[in-house]
Amino acid sequence: MTLIQIAFLVVSAVTILAALGVVVGRNILRNALALILAFLGVAALYVLLEATFLAAVQVLIYVGAIAVLIIFAIMLTEGLMKRGRATNEQWWVVLVASALLAAILIFLVGAVEWQVTSAQIGGDPIANLGRALLTTYVLPFEVASLLLLMALVGAIIIAREREEA
Amino acid sequence: MIPLSWYLTVAAILFSLGLYGALARRNAIAILMGVELMLNAVNINLVAFWRYITPQELIGQVFAIFVITVAAAEAAIGLALIIAIYRHRQTINIEEIDLMKW
Amino acid sequence: MLQYSWLIPVFPLLSFALIVLFTNRYKNLSARLAVGAIFLSFLLAVGVFFTALGIEEPYRSAFSWFPTGKTSLEIGFMVDPLTAAMLAMVTTVCLMIFIYSLGYMHGDRLYSRFFAYISLFTTGMLGLVIADNLLLAFISWEIMGLCSYLLIGFWFERPAAANAAKKAFITTKVGDVLLLLGMLLLYFQTGSLTFETIFEAVNHLPPNIVLAAGLLIFAGAVGKSAQFPLHVWLPDAMEGPTPVSALIHAATMVAAGVYLVARTFPIFTAVQGHPALVPVAIIGAFTAFFASTIAVAQNDIKRVLAYSTISQLGYMMTALGVGGFVAGVFHLITHAFFKALLFLGSGSVIHGVETNDMMEMGGLRKKMPITFWTFLAGMLALSGIPPFAGFWSKDEILSHAFDHNQVIWLVGTAAAFLTAFYMARQVFLVFFGQPRNTEIHAHESPPVMTGPLVVLALGATLLGLLGVPADMPILGPLLGNNPFHHFVGEAFEATPFNPQVMGISISVALAGLALGWLIYGREPLAAGQPDPLERLGPLWVTLKNKYWIDEIYNATVVRGVILLGDLLFAFDFRVIDGLVNLAGKATVAFATLNERFDTYVVDGLVNLVGKGTVVLSTLNELFDTYVVDGVVNGVGKAANTLGRELRLIQTGRVQNYLLLLLMSLLMLTGIFLYQ
Repeated sequence: MTLIQIAFLVVSAVTILAALGVVVGRNILRNALALILAFLGVAALYVLLEATFLAAVQVLIYVGAIAVLIIFAIMLTEGLMKRGRATNEQWWVVLVASALLAAILIFLVGAVEWQVTSAQIGGDPIANLGRALLTTYVLPFEVASLLLLMALVGAIIIAREREEA
Repeated sequence: MIPLSWYLTVAAILFSLGLYGALARRNAIAILMGVELMLNAVNINLVAFWRYITPQELIGQVFAIFVITVAAAEAAIGLALIIAIYRHRQTINIEEIDLMKW
Repeated sequence: MLQYSWLIPVFPLLSFALIVLFTNRYKNLSARLAVGAIFLSFLLAVGVFFTALGIEEPYRSAFSWFPTGKTSLEIGFMVDPLTAAMLAMVTTVCLMIFIYSLGYMHGDRLYSRFFAYISLFTTGMLGLVIADNLLLAFISWEIMGLCSYLLIGFWFERPAAANAAKKAFITTKVGDVLLLLGMLLLYFQTGSLTFETIFEAVNHLPPNIVLAAGLLIFAGAVGKSAQFPLHVWLPDAMEGPTPVSALIHAATMVAAGVYLVARTFPIFTAVQGHPALVPVAIIGAFTAFFASTIAVAQNDIKRVLAYSTISQLGYMMTALGVGGFVAGVFHLITHAFFKALLFLGSGSVIHGVETNDMMEMGGLRKKMPITFWTFLAGMLALSGIPPFAGFWSKDEILSHAFDHNQVIWLVGTAAAFLTAFYMARQVFLVFFGQPRNTEIHAHESPPVMTGPLVVLALGATLLGLLGVPADMPILGPLLGNNPFHHFVGEAFEATPFNPQVMGISISVALAGLALGWLIYGREPLAAGQPDPLERLGPLWVTLKNKYWIDEIYNATVVRGVILLGDLLFAFDFRVIDGLVNLAGKATVAFATLNERFDTYVVDGLVNLVGKGTVVLSTLNELFDTYVVDGVVNGVGKAANTLGRELRLIQTGRVQNYLLLLLMSLLMLTGIFLYQ
């Protein structure tokens, strides 16, 4: 067991536990905070995968924007913090199904012979990424920007307070 | 060297957890959080595959970036919707939002 | 010439056809057509006659007419001396009568029809004479019978005439049937109807057959020639116009019977001893005497002549019966002339005085001279006074009879006496004395009528000279040694010359005439004076009533036939109709049975079927309601329920949907993994 492996194990354990904390529990705010922790764990995993830029992006956007947004929403919709249970009627079926899914996936992962290469990342990853985004993948890039614009406008419109009843 | 399957296993577990959260929780926002988890798990898969199978290509990262982008947009919209619904129905219990039922 | 002899009957046939089809409306044309046709026949017949004088063998021409299995019926004509002589006589006499009719029938409404009928009749007679086989002869025979009926009943509106026609037809038909039987017998025995063949064949047939055939043929002759007992039609036939009487009842039809016997003579002579001829002679002689007795007591001018004809025909039969073939034929020919003459003469008288009753006549000698003189000639011929024709022929018969059977000769001679007597009576009653009916204004007939009288009178006078016996001194050789015999009957015995018989004949005739003069001539009867013979009392009455034969026939034969008819009718009515009705009743009963059966059984079955069907349909309905509808409704309900249940899937909650998705995905994955 190398150092990296141990590091990985620790990070994975944290992430998984955090995720667990997201889906279990009645207090929605605690769920949100657990989510943040999960995000951070995923970012650490990206680092381990030598996708440093992506780790940065993850933290920036997920933790910095999305999680904040979620907490805002929680604040604005405080109704459900105290009453009822956290799960719905079908939670046990879902539990079984999800567990089954997990089992199947893990089995599959183990069963398949991945064609792993031991090649290294070439060149300057960030520069390459930027160049790629603006040349090879310029279309999705532009579409994505359009999408963001629409989301922006849409969110404002949807969440806008209306005067009439 | 961390085997690829470890990453994939983690991703699978995360995905399943996220799936449970999306399907079994009553709070709309909690459902959204489950969805975010699932997206993250997918992203881990993508990057892991990129790193271990085609590190020369950039497609893996690019894809992951776009997933994040879309997730962000979607979270924004979703939450906006939830707020709007909350304003109308005074609830975010997903069980009560079933106008499209039989 | 002889090959055209078949035309002789054809000319009148053509004129008949033309008149009937085309010229019926044109009276004069029709009459002239008829006369012209008979004239042509006459010319041809005369030609044939003279040609036939020279031939050795009879001329025959026949052709196959009707195939009948192995053989075929032949039809054809034959000319031998007998035929030739007959043809000449018939056409001559007919021609005279036709011409006479132009005047006598003048003004009659059915003038054209008359000539048509007599033309057809002439065809029949000529056809009979010229036939070479029994079939053609019989056909001609029947044609004559038909025309006789038509002509006797020419004035059919008169009941007497109509009845007379029927009587003639039926009476002769009795004979005709027997003749037909004879024909059939001969045909079946010999396989042919041709005279020549039959004459040859009868020599080899059993005598009884030949005798039977001969008797049957003679029976036909008895009917046609009005011999006893089938004579009753002839006097009544006087209802017809006088030319008809002359034609049919003097010259031709009645002669046909005699001719037939003469023609078929070989059949009669085929058997040893000639047994067939015995009844011929007996009936002939009896009839001759019998009829002459009746003639004595008749007042109708034509009836006297009718009975006279019967009597004379008896003479001819007698002649044939005693083997005097030539004598019989000779008398046939001479009789034709003088009897026709007498009839036409009486017609002339009737035309003049418009009555038939001799008691109403008288003193016509001065008023109708030609008629008188010609009538006188005829009377003398008939009475048998030489040198008139009748004497020679009658004497020949009596001579033969004398040689053959003296009883017959005696009967014949007695009849001759009576013949002379009643003819004298007739002449004196009609022509002598004062007219008994002063209302009548008699006048002589026109030349068209008196002309033929004269011609016939010549014949009656002179024809006899052809048959003078060869053995007679002086006259015989002078007159060619009996050319008639030589011509007609070469094969037969020569006519014997018997001076005694001749002498007796002459005396008897003269005696008869004398008696007639004694009673009727010396003091001619005045008007209203009864007939002197009435003093004979019952005998007179019997004779006058013709021995009541007609009454006897009426009571027996006629009644018998009517009775038979009634019986058969009753049988038909009771039995046959009874059977028919029974069949009808049976049918009704059957129908009723049928109806019952139909109602109870058939309808019962049908109703049962109906009920069954109702039950079936009820079952069907139940089945339909519960099962089928149940199924259908069930399906509906199932769908309903299914829908109701399944729609609960639509919870409206996304999480549920997603869960389903997830589960499906897992299942698919599971399946995938297991493959």
